[in-house]
Amino acid sequence: MTVTVTLTKQPELYLEADQITPDVFAGKTLDEIGAIFISEGKVKYPLSEFATIEGAAGETAADTKIVLKGDWTKVKRIGQQMTAGEIVIESDADMYIGGWMKGGKLTVNGNVDSFCGIAMAGGELVVNGNAQNHVGSAYRGDWRGMTGGTLRVKGNVGNDIGTFMRGGTIIVEGDAFIHVLTHGEGGTIIVKGNIEGRVGGQAVKGDVYVNGKIDFMMPGFAYVDDVECEVDGETAVYAHYIGDLGERHSVVKGETVFSNLYLKK
Amino acid sequence: MQETIKHVACPYCGACCDDLEITVEDGKIIEVKNACIIGTEIYHHASREGRVGSPRRRQPDGTYKDITYEEAIDFTAKMLIKAKKPLIYGFGSTNCEGMAAAGRVAEDAGAVLDNCASICHGSSFLAIFDTGYPSCTLGEVKNRADVVIYWGSNPQHAHPRHLSRYGVFPRGYFTGKGYKGRKVIVVDPRYTDTARCADHFLQVQQGHDYELFDAFRMVMHGYADKIPAIVAGVPKEKILEVCDIIKGGRYVHIFFGMGLCHSDGRNHNVDIAINLVRDINEYTKCTIMAMRGHYNIAGPGIVWAWQFGFPYCIDLTKGSHAHMNPGETSSVDLANRGEVDAFINIGTDAGAHFPIRAFEKLGSGMPMVTIDPSVNMAATVSDVHIPVAIVGVETGGICYRMDNVPIQYRAVVEPYNGILTDEELFDRIYERMQELKKEGWTTDEGTWDYATPLADVRPVKEVYE
Repeated sequence: MTVTVTLTKQPELYLEADQITPDVFAGKTLDEIGAIFISEGKVKYPLSEFATIEGAAGETAADTKIVLKGDWTKVKRIGQQMTAGEIVIESDADMYIGGWMKGGKLTVNGNVDSFCGIAMAGGELVVNGNAQNHVGSAYRGDWRGMTGGTLRVKGNVGNDIGTFMRGGTIIVEGDAFIHVLTHGEGGTIIVKGNIEGRVGGQAVKGDVYVNGKIDFMMPGFAYVDDVECEVDGETAVYAHYIGDLGERHSVVKGETVFSNLYLKK
Repeated sequence: MQETIKHVACPYCGACCDDLEITVEDGKIIEVKNACIIGTEIYHHASREGRVGSPRRRQPDGTYKDITYEEAIDFTAKMLIKAKKPLIYGFGSTNCEGMAAAGRVAEDAGAVLDNCASICHGSSFLAIFDTGYPSCTLGEVKNRADVVIYWGSNPQHAHPRHLSRYGVFPRGYFTGKGYKGRKVIVVDPRYTDTARCADHFLQVQQGHDYELFDAFRMVMHGYADKIPAIVAGVPKEKILEVCDIIKGGRYVHIFFGMGLCHSDGRNHNVDIAINLVRDINEYTKCTIMAMRGHYNIAGPGIVWAWQFGFPYCIDLTKGSHAHMNPGETSSVDLANRGEVDAFINIGTDAGAHFPIRAFEKLGSGMPMVTIDPSVNMAATVSDVHIPVAIVGVETGGICYRMDNVPIQYRAVVEPYNGILTDEELFDRIYERMQELKKEGWTTDEGTWDYATPLADVRPVKEVYE
């Protein structure tokens, strides 16, 4: 079952739409969905004030699909904490898209601002454009970042990609700026473009695959050997580094566990 | 009759020198002893011609006309009620009493409350959230530290008496030889005036402190042999030499400044510095401290963390809870993105410190009030400028030094022309807001849940009186 929400009026400031998830929409009539609150600063509005709503929601989140049409550039928190179902955003979107997401699928056919997929725990998040900073990163002060799911950005990203990451996969098909897998405790990050630097700084565990160049390597990563790996469906030879040697590491069965950096040769 | 007031604390930088001697005659400041040149100027400024003695309202032709406090307070209260997301920013140069009063106003107005840390040591806070803050007081540095590191800070210019009172020259209880017993290490991309006082100067490549910290940490973790020949422009031999000095010290202290928290990576540079401190503690005692800028910029971090749970960038628009996430709720980002619709600049100068594009939006697109004793750049484009008493000169109060030690500030003269203090002003804005809300004032559209307080919550004043 599909609900199509078309944004017809632009906010003066920015809208916070953490209620736009299949979980909230499921089992509601169109009038009930129209009455859901979205806020602009300290003022709350019913969703119908800004958008027209068509179609019908499913009984459960899993069989509810939400299609967002119109210009959602100034709307934050779409799909926050969603657990099932699907959201398709047919424009750019603002911050926290798919933040704390636990399941389902969220597709953005445009660019997103910062904090997309922050502290993501499951599901699939696809951004068919660029993303800004803190992609799949931890919330401020939280040492438990992304724990699961797949986050794919077709374009470029900024800094703080997968900070405090513990699980899941982040795939960046373009370039990244700095701080990739900083404080990593697990998980996998694939960057197909170039990175300026600070890859794997303070990382305890976790893997990074880089197909392009790294301008400034962390001194704490040491070359081990060349290995053949399959990365996002393509097999190639990578130079294998371990690190960060300036960080604590656990010892399992007599062997120190490091974070791995694979740089395509 | 001349009177000399001793043990006065200085309202300039985060070092909060509390040994000033101020000579006063007929309500005028005659002489300032012991302060640095900048601190001295702040006292003389209070007695200088050209002070603003009453609130002023900007006229359509750009000139200013004096108005009463009642009119200025009424304008501010109405602006806060009507705005969907007002921003109250500043507080680097006021006392904690003023900050607490402003916190009450911000909560009632559903505003974003932010302080100068937002463009200063705010990123250090983020690092502290992530990894903790193994710090100490400046007294401990003076009395114990025999290895002192200034990393990305230049106190000779920003905190002029820091080296002589705490960091390098003083003779303390266990540091009786003064500077002769201390090793001083300075890390900076520039050969600063602080670097001139150093035994070892590491000229780090601008923006690559993170890598240099990583190399230091590799030494502490036993991987010295894996360090590349040059890291961030510093030769490996120099890194090893300095690490030997650190390991051999009885008490190591790192002072870090905006070279870390405002170059690329920001909080991560501070984060890895704190982690280096943890590593050094495996060998010897080591502590770290942020070189906070203004005399009470540590204050809002303390006061608001107590009021709201967060030190800065506090979004109170949600009513039910405070939300904090710099990058979203930080003043410059809010301004750049056009996410606020009213602005109060208090005890700082956003006009001088913000990126020009950000300030343009604040200064041209929305109502703006500046609360400051002087005519600063922000005041020149504000709709209303409200002068207040200068803390540490005309009014006292609590101020937190850079090491989070509260210092009692004192008034040495009466407020000029009977102007209000920040605390009195914010309390009166709060009271006016309550009157306006009773009269039915609210935002123009939509529902503002927070405008109606919960029935069982009594106003703060009622509880205390």
